[in-house]
Amino acid sequence: MSGFLDRLMGKDHRSANQAKERLKLVLVHDRTDLAPGKLEALKDELIAVISRYVEIEPDAVRVEMEQEGRQQRLIADIPLRAAAQRRRRG
Amino acid sequence: MVAKVVTVSSGKGGVGKTTATANMAAALAAGGQKVVCIDGDIGLRNLDVVMGLENRIVYDIVDVVEGRCRLRQAMIRDKRLPELYLIPAAQTRDKNAVSPSDMVRLCDDLRTDSDWILIDSPAGIERGFRNAIAPADIVVVITNPEVSAVRDADRVIGLVEAEEKGPARLIINRIKPEMVRRGEMLTTEDVLELLAIDLLGIVPEDERVVVSTNRGTPIVLDGKSLAGQAFRNIARRLQGDSVPFLELDNQGGLLGRIKGLFRPGGD
Repeated sequence: MSGFLDRLMGKDHRSANQAKERLKLVLVHDRTDLAPGKLEALKDELIAVISRYVEIEPDAVRVEMEQEGRQQRLIADIPLRAAAQRRRRG
Repeated sequence: MVAKVVTVSSGKGGVGKTTATANMAAALAAGGQKVVCIDGDIGLRNLDVVMGLENRIVYDIVDVVEGRCRLRQAMIRDKRLPELYLIPAAQTRDKNAVSPSDMVRLCDDLRTDSDWILIDSPAGIERGFRNAIAPADIVVVITNPEVSAVRDADRVIGLVEAEEKGPARLIINRIKPEMVRRGEMLTTEDVLELLAIDLLGIVPEDERVVVSTNRGTPIVLDGKSLAGQAFRNIARRLQGDSVPFLELDNQGGLLGRIKGLFRPGGD
């Protein structure tokens, strides 16, 4: 309900929300000294390394920074390719 | 008495550090505490004019550090509040004239004879900032609800943690409740969520602050000013009192109230 009202009132377009969303990203990178471009490179290398051991879905891999208080956390979500699916494809 | 050393810092310039320092000091002194303010901004001193004491400077902090005067001689007594003192910064020297260990020594000399030592840190994160936080027991970070100020505050909070002077406590200054209501200014909750530190106070934008600074009189002595009230509350919280935060951006305005009907938790 409140999500609907927010959309109705255009809340997501108001500048305070934009400021907050932009700051969230900037602070994560400032705190870790990890530029957004480097995170992409990290993701690519991670995919390459893990692929050597187990088959994964490279397009579905997500690597993100998360904030917990003033602690930063690197979250990687790496879906494995199901063996059954693999057999069907193979 | 053994004074607590409170350093007021921000990273970004122009967010209200000096005004906050002068007013917290005046509020503490008005409550009977003995307070010494130190202007940490060597080369760009301003705490003297904000406190209205610029005409009475004879010696400054560099004179003390370099032994040209005794500590007592550099302490200027306030015109209205007899328990409030200022040690001014040097205006014609550079920030390297004082070291972090000089600041620690100076504050140790002051500690036994006062209740509070408030240090106004310069903007930036270099030598002057390091000097200002070196003797700190409590670091207060001041910010405005806007992107550049919040970003710089976060940087300072991180540095304070790294120096093991944390956790810093936050003052959000110059909140415009009308803009917050329209969704065009970050809310207190937004800033707290982003910076993830304890809130010491919120101060609304208030034209009377400009007027009081023009005159060199603290806003905390103005009973009608909301900003003055906010700084008085901050001074009480520093002393350990639990004082509710001013209601500035809570559910105000017709639109906010209508929306409030649909979400019981409020904004």
